[in-house]
Amino acid sequence: MTSGAEPIRPSFARRLATALYRRPRLQLGLLLAPPVGALVIAYLGSLALLLVNAFWRFDAFTGSVVTTPTLDNFSQIVTTSVFRDVAVRTILTAAAVTVTDALVAFPMAYFMARVAPRRTRNVLLVAVVLPLWSGYLVKVYAWRLILLNDGFADSVLAPFGLHGPGLSQISAWIVFSYLWLPYMILPIYAGLERIPGSLLEASGDLGARAVTTFRRVILPLTLPAVVAGSIFTFSLTLGDYVTPRLVAGGTQFIGNVVYDNIGVVGNVPLAAAYATVPILVMLVYLLLARRTGAFESL
Amino acid sequence: MESARGLRVLLGVLTAAVLAFIYLPIVLIVVYAFNINRVPTWPPAGLTLEWFGRAAQSAEVRSALALSLEAAIGATLVALVLGTLAAFAVHRFRFFGRETVSFLVILPIALPGIVTGIALATAFRTFGVQLGLLTIIVGHATFCVVTVYNNALARLRRTARSYEEASMDLGADTWQTFRHVTFPNLRTALLAGGLLAFALSFDEVIVTLLVAGPQQTLPIWIFNNYLRPNQAPVVNVVAVVAIALSVIPVYLASRLSSEATGVPR
Amino acid sequence: MTRLRISSLVAIVALVVSACSSANTGSSSPAPSYPASIGPLEDSLNLVAWVGYVEDGSNDPNYDWVHPFEASVGGKCKINVKTAGTSNDMKTLIDSGDYDGVSASGNLSGRLVAANEAAPVNVDLVPSYKDVFPALKDQPYNTFNGVHYGIPHGRGANLLAWRSDIIPGNLDSWSTLFDPNTPAKGKLSVYDDPIYIADAAVYLMSTQPDLGIKNPYELDQKQFDAAVGLLRAQRPNIAEYWSDAAAQIQSYTAGEVTAGTTWQYQVNAMTAASPAVPIKAVLPREGSTGWSDTWMVYSKAKHPNCMYKWLDWIISPQVNAQVAVWFGEAPSNSKACEFADKLEPDHCATFHANDEAYFDKVYEWTVPEANCGDSRGAVCKDYSAWLQAWTEVKG
Repeated sequence: MTSGAEPIRPSFARRLATALYRRPRLQLGLLLAPPVGALVIAYLGSLALLLVNAFWRFDAFTGSVVTTPTLDNFSQIVTTSVFRDVAVRTILTAAAVTVTDALVAFPMAYFMARVAPRRTRNVLLVAVVLPLWSGYLVKVYAWRLILLNDGFADSVLAPFGLHGPGLSQISAWIVFSYLWLPYMILPIYAGLERIPGSLLEASGDLGARAVTTFRRVILPLTLPAVVAGSIFTFSLTLGDYVTPRLVAGGTQFIGNVVYDNIGVVGNVPLAAAYATVPILVMLVYLLLARRTGAFESL
Repeated sequence: MESARGLRVLLGVLTAAVLAFIYLPIVLIVVYAFNINRVPTWPPAGLTLEWFGRAAQSAEVRSALALSLEAAIGATLVALVLGTLAAFAVHRFRFFGRETVSFLVILPIALPGIVTGIALATAFRTFGVQLGLLTIIVGHATFCVVTVYNNALARLRRTARSYEEASMDLGADTWQTFRHVTFPNLRTALLAGGLLAFALSFDEVIVTLLVAGPQQTLPIWIFNNYLRPNQAPVVNVVAVVAIALSVIPVYLASRLSSEATGVPR
Repeated sequence: MTRLRISSLVAIVALVVSACSSANTGSSSPAPSYPASIGPLEDSLNLVAWVGYVEDGSNDPNYDWVHPFEASVGGKCKINVKTAGTSNDMKTLIDSGDYDGVSASGNLSGRLVAANEAAPVNVDLVPSYKDVFPALKDQPYNTFNGVHYGIPHGRGANLLAWRSDIIPGNLDSWSTLFDPNTPAKGKLSVYDDPIYIADAAVYLMSTQPDLGIKNPYELDQKQFDAAVGLLRAQRPNIAEYWSDAAAQIQSYTAGEVTAGTTWQYQVNAMTAASPAVPIKAVLPREGSTGWSDTWMVYSKAKHPNCMYKWLDWIISPQVNAQVAVWFGEAPSNSKACEFADKLEPDHCATFHANDEAYFDKVYEWTVPEANCGDSRGAVCKDYSAWLQAWTEVKG
C-alpha cells in the first residue's frame, strides 16, 4: 500500500548509468579513451619517437645523432644497391611465404570446416594450435636439424640423388612458411565455417559443379579471411631477423639490416629510415586489405 | 553440401600431409629432448632421461616460466579490457574516425616486431622507465588487443540489441544489463580472444628481447640457452613440457569457441 | 673579391671555432671520478658476457664460478647473465640500461666510453689487479685519457679451424679461407661482424705488402677497398656467417661447414663431445685478429658494489684459470697459470699467456676510427663505413 513514504533515492551506480545513458558522447569518450589513448600514447607515440630519427643525421665521427632535419637516410637507402636488394628480397620472400601458406592452408582449413565431423574438427584445431606453444626458436632450431648437411632432408632426398636446400634463402622461405602456417589456417577455417551450407546447396541447385561453386561462391566469400591471414604472414616475415640468422646462411633480410645498425655503430637514423620500408609496405597492404573486409575476419 | 566422395578423400589426404609437415619439427624436438648427445645432429645418438631431470631442477627454468605466465596473464587482462571497450565503442556508436580505430588496433600486430620492439625500448629508455615485467606487459598488450577486439566485435555484431533493450525496459540499468545480459553472451568470444592473446604473448620473442631487460621470459630463456652449446637438450625438454601442458587449455578453448560460433551448417 | 675573402675567412673561423669547441668539450667535461670504496652489497648483479665467461656448472659441473662467487659474498649478488654472440648484441643490451657490467672486447670498449656508458674503474679496489700481466695494463682498449675503464679478463686469437677428416693435412694459412679454389669450397664459416674486415687486412699484410698495411683496423681507402674486395671474392664460398657459437658447433658437426674462423671455445667443445668431432685449429702463419677482453662497469649500474666484487673474483688466480681453460684463452692474472696448468697441462704455454712475441702477431679487436693515428691523418675508414661495407659484402 502506498503511504506517504519518500521515493527511494536510486543508488549511485544507477544514477551514473542514467547519466551516461543520457550522454552518449560521454559514454563513447569513456569507452574509447583507455584503448585508443593507450595505443596512441604508448604505441604511436613511441613509433613516432623512433621514426623521427629517420629524419635526423648520424654523425659517424662523434657517434651521436644530430637533430637537423635531412632526407639523407632515405636517399642513402634508395641509392645503395644492397639496401634495395635486401628490401626487394624481403618483400618477395614475404609474398612467396604468403602464397605458399594460403595454398597449403586452404585444403586443410576446408577439410576442417566442412568435411570433418565435429570431433575430428576439434582435434584438428588443437593439432594446428599446439605447435604455437613449442616456442618460435625451438622450431627454428629443429629446422636446422632438418636442413643442415646430412640432416633429415638430406637423408630423405639422398636416395633420389638430391640435396636438401641447406642454409639459403630457399630454406628461409620454407621455415617462414612453416612458422606462420597456423596464423593462416585459423582465419581461413573461421571464414569457411561461416559460410552457410544453404549457399552451397543453392549453388549446386542452380547447376554449378564443384569447381564452379568453389570459384564463384566459396573463394569470394573466404577472400577476406585469406587476406586477414596474409596480414600475419606478410608482416611477420617482413620484420624477422632471428630466422634469417639461423637458416639463411649469409642472406640478409630487412630485419637484419635494421638490427645491425642499432648496435655498436648506433646509427639509429639509418635503422629507423630502413624500418620505414616494412612499415610503409604494411600500411599500403592494410589499406588494401581493409577494402576486402579482411579486418572483420582476423 | 556434400562434396563428392573423391574430393573428400583428397582433402583428407592433403590434410594429413599438412599435419605431417606441421609436426615433423615437433617430433624432432621431442626426440631430441631424449638425445644423449648434447649437440643436436642428425641422426640422434641415443636416448636418455637426464635432461628431464636437469630441467626439473633448474631454478632458472621455473622463474622464466613464472615470468612468462605473469606477463601473458597481465597482457591478456589488459587486452581484454582495452579490446572490449574499443569493440563496444565501435559497435554502438557512429563517430568520426570509426574506421581508424580498427586500423589503429591492428597496427601493432601488422607492423614488424622489430619496429615495435625498438620503438618501445627507445621510448622506455627516454622516459627512464625500468625494463621489466611491466614493460613486457605493455609491449605484449599492444599486439594482443586486436585478438580480443576482433572476437568481441564479431560477437557484438551477431547479437541482437533487442535483448538489451528488453532488459532496460524491465528496469535494469546499464551495469545490470551488462552483467546479466550482455556479458554472458560475450563471454565465450572473450575467452577465445583471450586465449589467443595468451598464446601470442607466451611465445613472443622479438619484441620481448628488446623490452625485457635482464629478466627472462621462457622464450628468452630458450634464446639464451641455445647460445650455450651444451644446453640444447634441456631447451628441447622445456619445449616438450610446454606443449604437453598446453594441450588441455587449448582443447577447452577450441571446444568453447566452436560452440560459441554456432553458425548453422 | 674582398667580400669573398671575408666570407671565406668567416667560414674558416667558424670551422676552427667549432673544431676547437668540440675538442674542448672533451677536456672541459668534469674529470671522471673514481669510486672511493666498495659500499654495502646489493642482492643481484646483471652481467652481459661472452659465451663461456660466466659459467654456473650447468654445462659442466666442474666449471662453476658463479655459485662460489655468490657464496663468497654471503649469498648476495645473485648473478643474472645474458650471453651475447657479438659486440653488436652486447651494445644493444647495454643500451637498455639494465646491466651492471660487460665483458667488452676492444671493438666495444671505446664505444662504451664515448657513449658515456662505461664508468671509470678504481683499480685499487680490485686487489687481484696488481698481478695482471703488465702487457695487459694501460692498453688503448682499457685505458682512455689515462683513466682506467676496466679490468683485463684475458686474451686470445681467432683461429683457423677445419674438419681434419674432410680436409687432410696441417693447414697453416688463411688462404684456406680466401683462395677461391679452397678445399673447403662452399663450406666456409666466418664471423658475422664488420670487424672481420680486419682479418682480410691481416691476410693482405702478407700477400700484398705493397699496400702498406701496418694496422688492420686503420685502413685508408685503398687498403680498405682491397680488403673488401677479398671478402667479396670469398662470399660465394661462405656457407654461414656465424654469430652464435652453438650454431657453429652444430654446423661443423654436421659437416655443413668444413673450415672457418672460430674461437678455441668451440674447438674445445667439439673435441670434448662424444662422439668427438675431428677438428683441428691453428693460428695461421700470417697472424690473426684476436681479442683482449675487459670487464667494464656500466656508468649507471644499479649494483656497482657487487660489480666490483665480481671484478676481483673473475681475475682472482683460481677463477681466472678456470675461465681461461674453459673458454680456451690466455688468462690475465700472472698467478693464474699455476692453477691453469693443473687443470690443463701446459695451458699457459699453449695459449702464450706470457709470450708477447706471439701476441705481436695477434691484432686485437679495436674500433676503427677516421683518425689513422699516424702520418696519414684522418683519412681512415670509421666503423660505420666498415658496417656499410660489411652489409654490402653479405648482400
